[in-house]
Amino acid sequence: MSINVPEKYWWDIPLDQDEKTWIKVAIVWCILLTVMMPWWHISGNQNPSSEFYRITTDNFDKLTDKFIAKYKVGEEEGIDVVAPPANTDVFVRGSQWMWEPILKLKKNQTYRIHLSSVDVNHGFSIVPINMNFQAVPGWDYVLTLTPTTSGEFHIVCNEFCGIGHHTMIGKIYVE
Amino acid sequence: MNWKFRVCPTTGLKVHDSAETLIQVNAVTAIVFLLVGGALALLMVLTRWQVVHILPADYFYRLLTLHGIAMLVAWIIFFEMAVLYFASAVLLSHRLAVPWLAWTQYILMLVGAAMVTVMVLMGKADVMFTSYIPLQAHHMYYLGVILFAVGAILGCIVFFATVTSAKVEGAYEGSLSLVTYGAAAAAIIAILTLAHGAIALIPTWLWALGVIPMMDPEAYILMFWGFGHSSQQINLCAMIAIWYLLGTLTVGSKPISEKYCRTAFLFYILFVLIPSEHHLLVDPGLSAAHKVWNTGYFMHLAILASMMHAFSVPAYVEVALRKKGYTKGLFGWLKEAPWGNPAFSSLVFSVVGFGFLGGISGVVYGTEQINIISHNTLRIPGHFHATVVIGTTMAFMGVTYYVLPLIFKREVAFPTAARWQPYIYGTGMTIFSVAMMFVGGFGVPRRHWDITAADAVFQLNYGPVVNIGLAITAIGGILAAIGGLMYCLIAVATLLIGKKIPQEA
Repeated sequence: MSINVPEKYWWDIPLDQDEKTWIKVAIVWCILLTVMMPWWHISGNQNPSSEFYRITTDNFDKLTDKFIAKYKVGEEEGIDVVAPPANTDVFVRGSQWMWEPILKLKKNQTYRIHLSSVDVNHGFSIVPINMNFQAVPGWDYVLTLTPTTSGEFHIVCNEFCGIGHHTMIGKIYVE
Repeated sequence: MNWKFRVCPTTGLKVHDSAETLIQVNAVTAIVFLLVGGALALLMVLTRWQVVHILPADYFYRLLTLHGIAMLVAWIIFFEMAVLYFASAVLLSHRLAVPWLAWTQYILMLVGAAMVTVMVLMGKADVMFTSYIPLQAHHMYYLGVILFAVGAILGCIVFFATVTSAKVEGAYEGSLSLVTYGAAAAAIIAILTLAHGAIALIPTWLWALGVIPMMDPEAYILMFWGFGHSSQQINLCAMIAIWYLLGTLTVGSKPISEKYCRTAFLFYILFVLIPSEHHLLVDPGLSAAHKVWNTGYFMHLAILASMMHAFSVPAYVEVALRKKGYTKGLFGWLKEAPWGNPAFSSLVFSVVGFGFLGGISGVVYGTEQINIISHNTLRIPGHFHATVVIGTTMAFMGVTYYVLPLIFKREVAFPTAARWQPYIYGTGMTIFSVAMMFVGGFGVPRRHWDITAADAVFQLNYGPVVNIGLAITAIGGILAAIGGLMYCLIAVATLLIGKKIPQEA
């Protein structure tokens, strides 16, 4: 019984054949899983970014303002709309409770998106294609993004960031 | 010294009266928190069901914070304290060492849980279970969590002291029973995990008091999950120890190979604690190599342990039933299994739900690339409701049907309702978890009051499939809430009006 003390020298009793077979199957499966993740990382072409820098929230704030001033093309609902050229550094700022600016990007062009927050943690979720990244204050997270579908996308905050969390919606246009 | 013991008429185990009282108070407190958390759960599903949308935004976030604390922290850990005292003092037929320390455990955990609850209800800790900084709660909130954790550590110390004194005083010869061994694995993991909690929460508490500056938010996330995820491995070990216990109690199964089961528990102690960076896969701060190493390599040795238990628990049940003569065909034993025994049906739900829904989804979502399409979506709560609710909670519910007669010395009230309870609860939670994971696949965020964003500058429409999915989630949740309420009522009714079982002096 599993509630009683086992018989003496239980470690000398050999495993049953079924148990041995199952352990072999399980080990093969575990090796497969272990190999899969690095292999996928190397052979796949959509990994989470590993490029990031420490930055103070003040500096990130200033860089975003400068970026907006440089490429601003209009406003929508009081939020600045910017159209940066391809291969440039693009800044996306999360704050309670908005994503700034609204981006106008070109299909099949590559951009370096700098993602961060100037107050608390936010979640950067692109809807409806469902891609999710964390915006952390003090960290500039660089995502290399090449839009392959045109249309209108929303940025939803999916990390709880205070009582207005559900109103934190941004926008990306891809032309 | 004189210690009062009674001999259990069913099992023949000697039960120390202090151990019995402490098991009782911890278990009852756990069930009270389950009742509170369950009521909150009902409000949660009825809010996320967009058509019903019952709570206002501030109360949704506030009560969601409390739901996490009441269920994942209070219900589970209070019950685990009862399990630790049961697995040490009762199963070893020994006295509970240092009862005053065990009472300190109970009081600290109760005070801590009460402080946290009051702070959240006062609206001073709208930070969610994770309490990611720079969001700040009232300093009493963090102190409450710390006191609770210190209490839990004391409980583990009492467990080890009891096991040690039983050995020294010759209460048992040789090795511990498998169930006690599994509980010991849980207690070892608990102590390591709670140390991470201290690293994350003590500086945060001091920061909230204004004594020290804020720690780096990403460092907090890393430390928090060293505590927050690893503490789920305490639940894992406690749950599996209970699987073996339930196998023995319900069908009389015994480990075919002690070596096999114990090696699997040892793998847990060595490897299951390491991977917590799957919470940080789409965060800045750590390199890809670091994350892949952490979430990948070692976790798979922990998975080996899970796979071993996944084989042995059903296999031992099968062997025990075949020995009883149910040998007809390949699955005759399964047909003859005691499906009307709520402890047995809970065990089956727990094993199948934990393994196939919770375990597999966790390994999949914890993969580097798949995490991009899972992070902070409803897939995540879908996954962990399968592990900690269908898995851990149902195992705890199942064992309650034995704890009531053995420790509370009363026959289970409403036996017919008890027979149905696991089916209602298990079916509800299965629908809930599967629907939630399905909806999460569309990118629907977790912890979100209104996915139509009606109050925002831009509105959202996730489409009709998502709306139906959320409605099915809610229906599953309501069914589970009924099953959970049945469990609480059966337990309370047993304590109040259950027929007393006569005891020998």
